[in-house]
Amino acid sequence: MSLTVDVRARVGEFHLDARFTLPPGLTVLFGPSGAGKTRLLRLIAGLDTPREGRIGLDGAVFDDVVGKVHRPVHDRRIGMVFQQPYLLPHRTVLANVALAVRDTDRTTRRDRAHALLERTDTTAFAARRPGQLSGGQRQRVALARALAGEPRLLLLDEPFNALDHPVRRQLRGLVRDLVDRAGVPTLFVTHDTDELAALADSVLHADQGRIGDITDVATALGPVPDR
Amino acid sequence: MSEVDWFPLLLSLRVAAIATLITTVVGVSGAYVLARFTFPGRGLIEAIASLPIVLPPTVLGYYLLVSIGRNSPLGRGYEALFGRQLVFTWQAAVVAAAIASLPYCLRTATAAISAIDAGYEEAARVAGLHGTRLAFVVTLPMAGRGIIAGISLAFARALGDFGTTIMVAGNIPGRTQTMPIAVYDRVQAFDYATAGVLAAVLAGVAIVVLLGVRRLERTAL
Repeated sequence: MSLTVDVRARVGEFHLDARFTLPPGLTVLFGPSGAGKTRLLRLIAGLDTPREGRIGLDGAVFDDVVGKVHRPVHDRRIGMVFQQPYLLPHRTVLANVALAVRDTDRTTRRDRAHALLERTDTTAFAARRPGQLSGGQRQRVALARALAGEPRLLLLDEPFNALDHPVRRQLRGLVRDLVDRAGVPTLFVTHDTDELAALADSVLHADQGRIGDITDVATALGPVPDR
Repeated sequence: MSEVDWFPLLLSLRVAAIATLITTVVGVSGAYVLARFTFPGRGLIEAIASLPIVLPPTVLGYYLLVSIGRNSPLGRGYEALFGRQLVFTWQAAVVAAAIASLPYCLRTATAAISAIDAGYEEAARVAGLHGTRLAFVVTLPMAGRGIIAGISLAFARALGDFGTTIMVAGNIPGRTQTMPIAVYDRVQAFDYATAGVLAAVLAGVAIVVLLGVRRLERTAL
């Protein structure tokens, strides 16, 4: 079932028209900047509302403009990493991750947060504030937080954009590993062909607001697009 | 110089403390709503809440006197509830100080909350936080310094109010005579020595409070 998107949205002069069903595994949302990639992710997360159409995940309706459905952001169980980490500066790394664990029991939250710090190799920073971490370390923590709520879908919006190349390569490996282990369908935004080649199971193309073509990696990297 | 009566100082501190408590609750929650929600009439609410900054305190006091006086619905309601009138009591001084100081807290806190990158709240919402938990875990701590600055401004304003207080609470020694009014009262009686002592104490208290708040501000985050 996965994620099904069939929406139209408008922001000023920009029109977004997206129709697709997300394949399992890691799908790279690929296209130049200004193609509507971030817009689409915001719609799926519920941070923006479509003007027309439907978004659903595993049988649950997130948005249905005709049926006047808009499931609130906090209730979608989506894990998301933005271009910036947006970790709370006044909380420790551990607390930042624990906040996203959807369990009422304090000990359970801490235990799960600890496990995720281990998985993202950030246990050493558990008691630190995000301000004391490097950019790459912060995005690792942001990944841990995204997974903390046992999400049904992962949205990664150019999460390594601000990082150096060696760090980016390391983190790609981590993302690949996390996605495989969590088994969560993932949409990873990038305009970087290296990232696409290293990560993608399939490729969803974005072009001037039109999003819907899904190809395999070889076709996406092919010499001339036949469009 | 007659013997200095410390009642006005204690009354001023009590009035300012309670008024600041009210201002903090109303001002910070109001600031959150103003900074994070758009709704019709928002500009008007902001303008009305800011009136105490631009109106002469006596004019503000006049409107307040009309609104909470014995013949007003609010005044009658208070009297029915507590069995005595509100105006010309120390509680009226609290109302005066709270309203006069509200905009300082409200405006500063609104600016502080508006300045937070919305991305922090969005990331927290995706992570499952919402409502008051979102406000108390993300927004308010991140605006902490600005909010503390707003509260301290409000306290200073509440402590120093003269015009609004004298209009609604009067100048009853031992009952509603706050520090600033006592200073005025002593000067009127040519008792400059006592006035000087009271003024110096008020200035001293204000400085101590502001220094304390500065300290708090530095350690808040």
